[in-house]
Amino acid sequence: MSDIDVAYVAKLARLALTPAEIETFGAQLGALLEHVNALAELPTGDVPATAQVIAQRNVVRADDVVPSLDREVVLAAAPDRMGPYFRVPRILGEEA
Amino acid sequence: MTIDLGAIEIARRVNAGEVSALELAREAHGRIAERDGAIGAFLAETEQLARRHAERVDGAVRAGQHLPLAGVPLAVKDNMCLEGTPTTCGSKILAGWIAPYTATAVERLLAAGAIPVGKTNLDEFAMGSSCENSALGRTANPWDLSRVPGGSSGGSVAAVAAGEAAIALGSDTGGSIREPAAFCNVVGFKPTYGRVSRYGLIAFASSLDQIGPIATSVEDAALVYDLMAGKDPLDATSVELPAEPTVTALREDLAGVRVGIVREFGLDKLEPDVRDVYQAAYADLERLGAELVEVSLPSADYGVATYYLIAPAECSSNLARFDGMRYGLRVEAPDVTGTYEATRAAGFGDEVKRRILIGTYALSSGYYDAYYVRAQKARTLIAADFARAFSACDVIACPAAATPAFEFNAKADPVSMYLMDYYTIPMSLAGLPSLSVPCGFVTPAGSDRPLPLGLELSASLFAERSLLGIAHAYERGTRHAASRRIPAIARAGAAS
Repeated sequence: MSDIDVAYVAKLARLALTPAEIETFGAQLGALLEHVNALAELPTGDVPATAQVIAQRNVVRADDVVPSLDREVVLAAAPDRMGPYFRVPRILGEEA
Repeated sequence: MTIDLGAIEIARRVNAGEVSALELAREAHGRIAERDGAIGAFLAETEQLARRHAERVDGAVRAGQHLPLAGVPLAVKDNMCLEGTPTTCGSKILAGWIAPYTATAVERLLAAGAIPVGKTNLDEFAMGSSCENSALGRTANPWDLSRVPGGSSGGSVAAVAAGEAAIALGSDTGGSIREPAAFCNVVGFKPTYGRVSRYGLIAFASSLDQIGPIATSVEDAALVYDLMAGKDPLDATSVELPAEPTVTALREDLAGVRVGIVREFGLDKLEPDVRDVYQAAYADLERLGAELVEVSLPSADYGVATYYLIAPAECSSNLARFDGMRYGLRVEAPDVTGTYEATRAAGFGDEVKRRILIGTYALSSGYYDAYYVRAQKARTLIAADFARAFSACDVIACPAAATPAFEFNAKADPVSMYLMDYYTIPMSLAGLPSLSVPCGFVTPAGSDRPLPLGLELSASLFAERSLLGIAHAYERGTRHAASRRIPAIARAGAAS
């Protein structure tokens, strides 16, 4: 078994879990970590890391104004809105 | 019916005025009405949209235009946006969301005359190998309704296998086009990473995701790929390299072709009946003129372990956007953090939660180097193995999956499901073009239902022309796709 603290990780991931889920996921993630721990057998010491396989960097486009999605269309998909804004739960006044 | 003749022949007939695009749209929706109750390939039919596109295509043909996919019924995996239609990713968190724009790959096929008949089922956010992780529907394998179609592009593959669409789009992150294509006896092709724009594909793992075609022949898959491939200003990771047409590179024999057989993928690991099919497939490659050479991929055995760190890490980051603020489900709580947590708890299914958790863990302080960075280094070793192997061969041949389609609920243990992608994941990590082409059937003990198997062929980066050409010669020389039809049970109510 691994030392994965599912409740702590769930908090980082902004995911509410029930005690039963914490137990089930803990066992399942422990089994997966056992499988991935096999990577320690590979000689990865001074091997460079690969983030993606196609060498592309600094892809930019011309700084021209082009049309974007219509505001009404986008706001129509919002769970809650107020006029031209997304309406979200109160943030100020909360502890960080 | 015309829909069974494949994309190239359908388009020929529509362009020649022998049949209208509207008739093809009617055929597709008739098939869906007749068969999809048993199969469940579609989450949504887009009948009105199909009619509009069909009328447009018929008008263009009457005006003398030639469209390469004129009237060809197209099914789209439901993680790709199609303006004005629901796009759910098979998830409760996006149920009811209407896409405000269309994915570039879909747009290019519509411009070529394809008719969008509906959105297909998938494992939630494309995470799975059986389609069982969908929160919104159950898809059965047309070859045996008690079995899964594979995944995650299970709905797209089942739709083509059942003749409900002539072609479909899937997405492949670790095998999600190739494994289901093998399970359902169709051709499924994952192009090189970056060849096809991902704009409008809802992201799962951005360094691996790639859109590709599903079709009943290599020729159709090549045509669809040719129409989609190429730089898109809306996807910064799409490559500038010109995508040369592959349909002109299709060949009839394999003279002079070197096919790599991977030492570490020895067929002795497989069940005897499955092994026999793959041995026969290798022998067929030789009979058609290829030279078989042994190649070694010493790190490929670590592919699944590597993938199940990198893909979840990227997924945990990508899926952070589903927070209930701007679109999709919101479950209100007294404060904003509680709203995030409750929304994501209610909106995501178990497999998505597992991957978010493992990815968050692999990226968290204290574990980042031991897990995420080590996996990225393993990825380098796996890609280097392939580069070495391709100095000795043109393509690599291996099974697309170790078994045929399995029964529902057979893989309750997540790791056993993850291992289904053992033969497809290494190519994904290396970004290679890779496809599955039908290669024969096995009939499980106690069953009277033959189940298809797929031969996976993979080539070096950007070698789509060579890969599709070789796959076409194998298909023409064996004709496994055309050798059998789906059983009558899936055709209940059929007129013919």
